Amino acid sequence: MMRFIWPFVIFVTLAGFLYVGLGLKPREVPSPLINKPAPMFNLPQLHDPSKQFSPQDMKGKVWLLNVWASWCVSCRVEHPVLMALSRQNIVPIYGLDYKDEREAGMGWLRDSGNPYVLSAVDKEGRIGIDYGVYGVPETYVIDKEGVIRYKQIGPVTQLSLHEKILPLVAELKAK
Amino acid sequence: MKNLLILFLFLLPSFSHAGEAVDMAEDPVLEKRMIGLAEDLRCLVCQNESLASSHSELAEDLRREVREQMQKGLSDEEIIDYLVTRYGDYVLFDPPVKSYTLLLWYGPFALLLLGLVGLVIQLRNRKKNVPEASLSEEDAKRAAEMLNQSKDS
Repeated sequence: MMRFIWPFVIFVTLAGFLYVGLGLKPREVPSPLINKPAPMFNLPQLHDPSKQFSPQDMKGKVWLLNVWASWCVSCRVEHPVLMALSRQNIVPIYGLDYKDEREAGMGWLRDSGNPYVLSAVDKEGRIGIDYGVYGVPETYVIDKEGVIRYKQIGPVTQLSLHEKILPLVAELKAK
Repeated sequence: MKNLLILFLFLLPSFSHAGEAVDMAEDPVLEKRMIGLAEDLRCLVCQNESLASSHSELAEDLRREVREQMQKGLSDEEIIDYLVTRYGDYVLFDPPVKSYTLLLWYGPFALLLLGLVGLVIQLRNRKKNVPEASLSEEDAKRAAEMLNQSKDS
């Protein structure tokens, strides 16, 4: 009997590791920017290039920065969720139009609806690099002090919105 | 018409090649240094490819960024720091020794040690279980005879 104990223990340990491994998401690389000040930028606005947008303008407010592009397929998945959220007036959504053509970006918003208060244009993708963007869409929750509190990699879903983003927004607003 | 189309298809590869020149900088020394550094960095889009070999757009942008920082005179360490503050330790193919990477770095040695300890215990136990073979004088004589016999034949 005893001689079966060790192989069994090893099997159970290995199975445990493999089981945990199944649930990991290697595509979601944790951002080192969580709880760090949101990187500054000054970018022209999508609909009015003569005006600029900077995270500095948002001091004192809790807001979402959503990185999107007209060429981004998964952005179409999260689009209805963002549209519904913007109608609820809970938290303002600002867009970062990432590596996109202005015309294409405006066309996509015109055709399918615009959930953003405004969008800033990051044509070269340099601000994206500052924010550690590696796959569009990505969404940042930024607090009143301008600190990044959460980063959603990939599309915002009903689940992530209600389990993570909205409770966090409510908590940050109360502060 | 059909022949024209075939001719066009044959020409396609030469068109598609045009995009590759974008990455070539004017300064070959700098380009070599950039590629050397980028080989140790991971592309976040195609995760097991290096920044040097990846064709993803992000990798192209990051190579541009690295190139520009080298032109500004930043050291390799400063450039790596720049990327790590944005993308985390994940961009490094060679992960640094930190509290949460201890298992990664020293786990194999711990397992080896565990195996050695197990082996020693096992050997000691076996020594206890197998009784020392003790032969009586008579048996020893017989054994010697048998051994000699087999030698002769």
